[in-house]
Amino acid sequence: MTPELLRTPLFRLHLDLGGRMVPFAGYEMPVQYPSGILAEHLFTRTSASLFDVSHMGQVVIRGDRRVAALEALVPGDIEALGEGRIRYTQFTNDQGGIKDDLMVTNAGDHLFLVINAACKDADIAHLRAHLGGGADLVLLTDRALLALQGPKAADALARFAPGVAELSFMTAGTFDVGGIVCLISRSGYTGEDGFELSVPADRAEELARRLLAEPEIRPAGLGARDSLRLEAGLCLYGSDIDETTSPVEAALTWSISKRRRAGGGFPGAAVVQEQLATGVGRRLVGIRPLGKAPARAHTAIVDDGGVEIGVVTSGGFGPSVGGPVAMGYVPDPLSRPGSAVGLLIRGVRHDAEVVALPFVPHRYHKV
Amino acid sequence: MSTVYFTKDHEWVKVTGDEGVIGITDYAQKALGDVVFVELPAIGLDLAQGAEAAVVESVKAASDVYSPVSGTVVATNQAVVDQPGLINEAPEEGGWFFSLRLSNPSELDELMDRAAYDEFLTGLE
Repeated sequence: MTPELLRTPLFRLHLDLGGRMVPFAGYEMPVQYPSGILAEHLFTRTSASLFDVSHMGQVVIRGDRRVAALEALVPGDIEALGEGRIRYTQFTNDQGGIKDDLMVTNAGDHLFLVINAACKDADIAHLRAHLGGGADLVLLTDRALLALQGPKAADALARFAPGVAELSFMTAGTFDVGGIVCLISRSGYTGEDGFELSVPADRAEELARRLLAEPEIRPAGLGARDSLRLEAGLCLYGSDIDETTSPVEAALTWSISKRRRAGGGFPGAAVVQEQLATGVGRRLVGIRPLGKAPARAHTAIVDDGGVEIGVVTSGGFGPSVGGPVAMGYVPDPLSRPGSAVGLLIRGVRHDAEVVALPFVPHRYHKV
Repeated sequence: MSTVYFTKDHEWVKVTGDEGVIGITDYAQKALGDVVFVELPAIGLDLAQGAEAAVVESVKAASDVYSPVSGTVVATNQAVVDQPGLINEAPEEGGWFFSLRLSNPSELDELMDRAAYDEFLTGLE
């Protein structure tokens, strides 16, 4: 009784490219193409890859009260977000847990949100229930979302839309990409320089094929997207963060401005403020297994006596690192880089070390 | 003179006399994708038919390799530990996992020959 899987506007292209299609968040998505996850991952770090992320939700919020209404649901500083600027934030619950994480762009006369595919329905219901008067939302169902990521992404994209060279990291604008009007943001989920392009669904395949014809660009699937974000130390909703983890525990306090910390006014603010003031019992950290064995999500983190003290939330082989990498929650006293921990892999204890994130330095285009 | 047998879990065992060399098939390596880590059994370990004998991990996931027959581990292939990509490049040659001294060769009768395995794969498509 598998519910019918949804398809993105690029489904036919994925098949043409030999994509291996798998169910993901209710969509049939390419986990990899014939070149394989390793090659796709490494190509992204040296050149540029095109990812279909159309399964993610694209939401527009309009209305005079849009900024205040959204600030009542997220700890991010939306008021201070200048036009054309993007901010990462979270929908929090009353306990200070995370309902979803999202990107918010100030697009002038409206806010543009990108939310996780698996949380789409819940987020929309949450927004509809709490935005109140003076703020209306629309879920854009006629748009695709492409991510173009890698050090050569800017050169390749500038051939079609020279203006994108002027964008710096976490800014966005509307561009004509060879006759296709897109909202383009300089952001991504790989740790590399790159862009996300919101494009009309009926022009998405045309745009993707045009980009893939450039020598620097190849397609990459969700497998490489996951290994790239893990090396970049970026959280995956549902694995590293969820309703039971707070932004403070998840080391996301950088995403909460001084004004929002002091003023609160978002769900769970009292919990978050208390945690900021007095600390938390556990924190999300980078973990480097000292051997070769990858520690997957749900691997137990143990102390010297073999007692379970935490859990790996994301883990695997880091192709650019050339070895295993992981993220997980450890007790606060062990969250300092250099702390020794154990990992219980198939019943055997393996030594590991807490390390600073990211595993691979970010190479964003900051000016 | 050696004969190769196959399991429904996509392992192969190449038998010469009372010794069998074990690995995974080309179909298995393609399904796994890029192999990045291998864990092999200890030499001297007694394995029952169908027992978890080795672990093979791709970027995405970890999978168990089961022993196609019962026996005692007599050799392991350090080359695939040092260079797991060998399993993708040459799954039925240089990418072997370990070898066993067979304790119950009659178990081979339950396995498939190449023609039967190829037929089995056709049925999976």
